[in-house]
Amino acid sequence: MNWWHRLLRRNKMEEQLDKEMRFHLEQHTSELIAAGVNPAEARRRALMALGGPEQVKEECRDARGTRWLEDLWQDFRYAMRMLRQRPGFAAVALLTLALGTGATTVMFTLVNGVLLKPLPFPEPDRLVAVHGQSVEWNAELFGKQNVAYQDFLDCTRSSHSLDLAGALFSGGTVSQPGEPEYIDLRETSPGLFSVLRVPLLSGRDFLPEEDKQGAAPVAILGYSFWRRHFAGRADVPNSTMVLDVKRYTVVGIAPPGFRLFGQEADVYTPIGQDTARYLQNRDMHPVRVVARIQPGNTLGEAQAELSLIGRHLAETYQETNGRRTLIVEPLRPEIGDVRSTLWLLLGAVGLVLLIACANVASLLLARAVSRERELAVRVALGATRARLVRQCLAESVVLGLSGGALGVLLATFGVRPLVAFWPGDLPRGEEVQLDWHVLLFALAVSVLSGLLFGLAPAVRAPFRDVERTLRAGARSIAGGSKRLHSAFVISEITLAIILLVSAGMLGRTLLRLASLDPGVDVHNVLVARTALSPATLSDPGKTRAAWKDVLARARRLPGVQSVATVDTFPMREGDNEQAYWTSADLPPSNKLPFALLTSVSPDYLDVMRIPLRRGRFFDAHDDLGSTPVIVIDEVLAQNAFGKEDPVGKRLWIPDMGYANVFEIVGVVGHVRHWGLAGDDQAKVRAQIYYPFAQLPDSFMHRWSELMSIAVRTQIPPLNLVAPLRSELKGVAGDQVLYEVHTMEQLASDSLARQRFLLLLFGVFAGLALVLASIGIYGVLAYLTGQRVPEIGIRMALGARPNSVIWLVLRQSLGMILIGVALGTAAALAAGRVLQQLVQGMQPIEISTFAIMIPVLVLAALFASFLPARRASRVDPVTALRQE
Amino acid sequence: MLNPKSDLPQGTLDLLILKVVALGPVHGYAIAQRLEQVSQHVVQVPQGSLYPALHRLENRGLLAADWKDTETGREAKFYRLTGKGRAQLETEAASWERLTEAVALILKLSEGGAK
Repeated sequence: MNWWHRLLRRNKMEEQLDKEMRFHLEQHTSELIAAGVNPAEARRRALMALGGPEQVKEECRDARGTRWLEDLWQDFRYAMRMLRQRPGFAAVALLTLALGTGATTVMFTLVNGVLLKPLPFPEPDRLVAVHGQSVEWNAELFGKQNVAYQDFLDCTRSSHSLDLAGALFSGGTVSQPGEPEYIDLRETSPGLFSVLRVPLLSGRDFLPEEDKQGAAPVAILGYSFWRRHFAGRADVPNSTMVLDVKRYTVVGIAPPGFRLFGQEADVYTPIGQDTARYLQNRDMHPVRVVARIQPGNTLGEAQAELSLIGRHLAETYQETNGRRTLIVEPLRPEIGDVRSTLWLLLGAVGLVLLIACANVASLLLARAVSRERELAVRVALGATRARLVRQCLAESVVLGLSGGALGVLLATFGVRPLVAFWPGDLPRGEEVQLDWHVLLFALAVSVLSGLLFGLAPAVRAPFRDVERTLRAGARSIAGGSKRLHSAFVISEITLAIILLVSAGMLGRTLLRLASLDPGVDVHNVLVARTALSPATLSDPGKTRAAWKDVLARARRLPGVQSVATVDTFPMREGDNEQAYWTSADLPPSNKLPFALLTSVSPDYLDVMRIPLRRGRFFDAHDDLGSTPVIVIDEVLAQNAFGKEDPVGKRLWIPDMGYANVFEIVGVVGHVRHWGLAGDDQAKVRAQIYYPFAQLPDSFMHRWSELMSIAVRTQIPPLNLVAPLRSELKGVAGDQVLYEVHTMEQLASDSLARQRFLLLLFGVFAGLALVLASIGIYGVLAYLTGQRVPEIGIRMALGARPNSVIWLVLRQSLGMILIGVALGTAAALAAGRVLQQLVQGMQPIEISTFAIMIPVLVLAALFASFLPARRASRVDPVTALRQE
Repeated sequence: MLNPKSDLPQGTLDLLILKVVALGPVHGYAIAQRLEQVSQHVVQVPQGSLYPALHRLENRGLLAADWKDTETGREAKFYRLTGKGRAQLETEAASWERLTEAVALILKLSEGGAK
């Protein structure tokens, strides 16, 4: 029988113990009677010999060794009884705690799912990423570099410590089966799935002989794509589909939810079948490489081996690999920049929880003081200090745990809406769920908060002056706890101010950012990526004609004012960054300034309504036959030329590919490419526009894959989506528009993070305000209640109601002022943190304090006014009788 | 109660209980009786400490207990020795014997020395 079993069968054990003692006594007694002793005397002697059955029983219970547990059980039952006796108090405390732990648990669930969980593959700690690094590349500015395909192949051949796989991000138009769709394509090396140890839903991975140019085209489908285009049919392996006018045999289907590098791809094809020339070039680095460390090897060994291979490549291919190295790092989930936001929110929610704890602590303290006599009686009866502290703690832990249980319940309903509500897509959102980590966290938070808010009342349980406590009325001894009470009120106010001021800062920032000029007129503009019919892409001449046709057709639609093609447009992901210089005498490449490059058709300026500052924009004459021209923005003009007029000057752009020197023909206004919030702090802001028409034939294919159209409309832009789609379908019906947005929507989305934070901080600040007000009300109601006799005397001596109100308010005003002072200091520190973590955040302003602090002070004064008014209506006679 | 009784040396109660129970399943009262009879009233076994000792030994797994009827038809808690208890009894009995021999030796030695 183990101890808890024993505890469960406690009643039975008690019964048996009793029976055993009774048997002993009766046996002894009857033997004595048989020996001639009279019954009463026999019973007495038997009892004497045993030495008091109750005491023996107690010793037996001790001997069983479950004593502490039984005491604990008793404590908890006692605690439950106390809570049941005061349902009002219990309800307020539970609700407060449920909100606190619930909100914290929801946030932690997100942090756990997005930041803490390992990758959802078997043995994730054996997975690594392989990056390239070159001396010229500024990794801090642009992130880690990928690997050249040929280098990847060499690594695969030479490495013994790593099992490598590569993937190339690509796209294409699937025209059969189903509606034509531009899809997210991954060209992968065979073995990607086995390196990750992800079993395919059905079918097989690519074979090595399929990873060659000229092999029969095969494809693996992403789960969602399979559901979309094949309606989830089971016989799909060995059926076919048409991707970029090539017929592929489907050999496998990826499992549901399979994501590598953050996205679920639509289709996988073997990278070795790709005939693109840049895959042969060791100077192009498009392949993302993942690998699994082979059994028996360590990360260190893998690193050493790969850097050796890198050195070997550098010696063999001086020209392209001379200054490059290979780096092996543990593979980490792609979560973008949500880390700071998540920690920020967890921190904010932690403050709410602390306020909740302070709140419950002061409520408990008030109760502890009024129970002082009860506790003193128990001390007088022999209870030890440890026993009483434990009993008080048991009560608060019961509260904490029940609050925590309610909180987890709240969290189960709260997590999904929060993920859904997250601005954009929460990375790894599908992995956010309540698991045992979260439950453990919630349990720890509940127990800890229970101990936290229970400690103060428990420690101040009476031991010193038991006698005095017993003699004194409960009321007369309230003085001792006043300081503790004030401490709780002050800390609640401090915490509430941090949240209020943070919310205020976010609100002001949002207002300011929303009023910024994005540099383009976002109203009535529709943008959509456009995938030409795959058949036209093979021939540059046809491609040029197809784009002209797209523009002409779109322009003809009723409601369209003007239309342009553009490769990257503002406030959406994707950009082309290149180094530039104002003379042919280039400094070392890591010293060059960078600019954002955008290739456009001449009407782009009209569509976006970007103001022309100097010179001209492109026209139909800027074509293959004419001088390569560019238009720059004000920022670049200022950076490169200062006050001089840039028009007519030249710019050197070494990596442009089709020309090195460009003539500047115009200057236009700056566009907030990185969004309303992000642009001011962006690393690369200068902008260069160049005409799409001047791109040589060799660029047509690649550039056409990236192209979008931008349409200025005279009618609400979304009304044009359907007509545009059908008008631009093309002869074969496989020309598709995708990622369709209005510019207005993109501008608004660029503030989504700020808006989301403001909303949550607003909610937290509101919660904090309510909780702090309840706390202040509770404490003052209690303290004032203690002073009723004093107030009675004052009134009997002639004090007027107003002066009594003032008496009470003065007491709370003291606490409020200290809280405000501490809160202001803490809020200044919190403001710094916000400024670092949130884009577009301005330094803290006095006016923010000037608005937010009075809100709190007023709420606090209102909360203290209610008890004050009640005090002023005290009937002196009744009050004095109470004493 | 005229003849003076010795107090039980510390720790020997457990050993005596184990020995008595080793003779066969027996209830608490009978253990007390037997200890008193066997020791010919020389050893004082406080009945009050008998039961806590029994519960402690049961808790340690040296004894097991069943509720059974006595000859007189009353239900009583009968203790019996477990395998673990038997092993414990053997080691403790052996060490007790070693101890008493050693003590006896020392006592003899001192008598010889006095002569």
